[in-house]
Amino acid sequence: MKFSIQINEGPYQHQASDTAYLFTKAALEKGHEIFRVFFYHDGVNNGTRLTVPPQDDRNVIKRWSELSKQYNLDLVLCIAAAQRRGLLDENEAKRQGKDAHNIAEGFRISGLGQLIEAGIKADRLMVFGD
Amino acid sequence: MILHTVNKSPFERNALVSCLGHAQAGSSVLMIEDGVYGAIAGSQVADVVNNSLATVKIYVLEPDLAARGIAKEKLISGVQLIDYAGFVDLAADNTTVQAWL
Amino acid sequence: MSEGTIKKFLYLNRKAPYGTIYALESLEVVLIGAAFDQDVSLAFVDDGVFQLTKNQNTKGIEMKGFSLVYNALGDYGITKLYVEKESLEERGLTLDDLQDVVYEDENDDYAEKKSILLVSRAEMGQMMETQNVVLSF
Repeated sequence: MKFSIQINEGPYQHQASDTAYLFTKAALEKGHEIFRVFFYHDGVNNGTRLTVPPQDDRNVIKRWSELSKQYNLDLVLCIAAAQRRGLLDENEAKRQGKDAHNIAEGFRISGLGQLIEAGIKADRLMVFGD
Repeated sequence: MILHTVNKSPFERNALVSCLGHAQAGSSVLMIEDGVYGAIAGSQVADVVNNSLATVKIYVLEPDLAARGIAKEKLISGVQLIDYAGFVDLAADNTTVQAWL
Repeated sequence: MSEGTIKKFLYLNRKAPYGTIYALESLEVVLIGAAFDQDVSLAFVDDGVFQLTKNQNTKGIEMKGFSLVYNALGDYGITKLYVEKESLEERGLTLDDLQDVVYEDENDDYAEKKSILLVSRAEMGQMMETQNVVLSF
């Protein structure tokens, strides 16, 4: 079965990203397909490569990057939500005249249409938030 | 049928009570994250949960329960425990998943 | 479902506007989603009914007001706004406190029709069961 995942909250502040990660991993281990993971609202903060969590805690961002690498996951940050909150990839930083970009490995920035498509193409859309 | 997910304590928000007020007979409700506090027997919302159990299946995500130190013996009887793999199965077995954020 | 199938999309709104960004960013998804020609419904339940009050004026809080956008949804082909009666009553509101959201029905000589469908909690629960994709914010 094909799942899409929507994550509405950032790392550490809320459990949403943790629950979504453990659900996604369990689904993949059962042989299901993850069509896309879409990060919206503060959820886009899951895609910054500049976090430095304490060593004895889980690394929420790195965990997503690694899962993406292992299963070729499509991790998409909503561009409108990302721009509001200071998440930029290299192209977008250049276009907006910003001096840095901060997207973690495995993530890409794209439009809200990707969320609608994720709802259309997958058998189930799972939403995790506050 | 719908799998409803509730992730907030019923003592902070009305998500659980609202969800149970809308859930149709035969549907399933899964308590996750702080939502698991809704499964404690003898609480202010226990009657609402108990009444719903007559027509709706109610599940609790066990890792969230364990993390919060709530013993299984404290739960309303009829509430079923599942793990993340069980969560995936529930999502697949129902036709739609609706989160009560 | 196969390619080209129209799915029933439900946007579930249970949060009040301005205090958090959920209502605004939900509306942004609705507007983008309209281009995908799916069967779209919006549900306003619990504090979500506060999104539709009339006379919203955000000047004093220096935030962009977006309440008028609901009335433009008809131009995007979105004409089903389910509002729950019990949620209104619990909050001391009636339908008169809400905007009069309307659309022009192109299949009926562009007659002006109401987009707001006042439903009971029981009817809302039944409507939810008919949906394929539920987006919660």
